[in-house]
Amino acid sequence: MKRMLVIVMAAALPLGFLAGCGQERAPQVYKQGKYQGKPDTPPWENEQFKGSQTAWDDAIKRRAQGQNEYVRIGDAPGGSL
Amino acid sequence: MARMKFLCDAERCIECNGCVTACKNTNEVPWGVNRRRVVTIDDGLPGERSISVACMHCSDAPCMAVCPVDCFYKSTDGVVLHDKDLCIGCGYCFYACPFGAPQFPQDGGFGLRGKMDKCTFCAGGPEPDGSEAEFRKYGENRLAQGKLPSCAEMCSTKALLGGDGDVIADIYRTRVLVRGKGSDVWGWGTAYGKPEKQAAPGGKS
Repeated sequence: MKRMLVIVMAAALPLGFLAGCGQERAPQVYKQGKYQGKPDTPPWENEQFKGSQTAWDDAIKRRAQGQNEYVRIGDAPGGSL
Repeated sequence: MARMKFLCDAERCIECNGCVTACKNTNEVPWGVNRRRVVTIDDGLPGERSISVACMHCSDAPCMAVCPVDCFYKSTDGVVLHDKDLCIGCGYCFYACPFGAPQFPQDGGFGLRGKMDKCTFCAGGPEPDGSEAEFRKYGENRLAQGKLPSCAEMCSTKALLGGDGDVIADIYRTRVLVRGKGSDVWGWGTAYGKPEKQAAPGGKS
C-alpha cells in the first residue's frame, strides 16, 4: 500500500512541475509613455448629470462664480459681472 | 472643455490654513501626507506673503513625463491623476515636481515609502465614481457632484480660486483691476476711499 502511494506520488510529481506550462502568456500591452492604469469615467457619467457634459459644464461654471464676490454681492465696485 | 486650475492670490491669503484643513477633512488624508500646504515668504517681516500650494495640474506635467510605470493620466477636464494600483512609490515624480506636490506615506518600518498621494482636484481617481474604493484610495470625488475642490470653496478670503482656468483668470483679473495697486490693496485707501475722492476740490482735507 505504502509502495503504491510512493509510486503514485512519484508519477504525479512531474505533473506538478509542468502545471505552469499550460498557462498562456500574458499579452504584452505596455507602450512607452502611455497610461497603463485603469480607465476613468468623465465626471458627468453619473445619475446626477446623466451623461450630459453641457449640464456638468454649466454646474461647474455656476459654482466657480460662487468664488467671485463681485457677482455675489452685486453692487460692489466693479459692478455685477 | 474646461481646463481645471488653481490660482492663489497672495494679496488675499492670510495664512489661516483653512484650505489645508478642508483638504484633510474632505479626503481623510492620513497623518504625514499634506496634499496642500501654505508657504509664507518673509514670515514676520513687513510685506510678508503667503500662498497655498498643491498640485497645479500642469498642462505639461513633469511627473507624468518621468513616471517609470506610466501611472499618470490627465482627465478630460485637465486634472492630473494617477492609478495607485500601478504606482511603485519610486519617488521620481517627487523629484520632478517643482511644487513638491507628490507625497509619500512613511508610517511603516524600515524607511517604508508607500504609494504616492497627491491633490486630485477633488476628482477621485480611476475607480467607479463615488465608490468606497475611490474614496479610500483617492478621497472624495466632488467634481462628479458638480462641485469644485473643497480647499478653494472653503477659502474664507477667496484667495484660493479653483475651477476652469479661463473662468478663474477672469475673476482674478477683475479683482486686480478693482482693487488697484500699492497701498490701495491693503491700506487706508481700500478701507476709506482714495484721498482724491475724500477731499472736496478746494476744501479742507
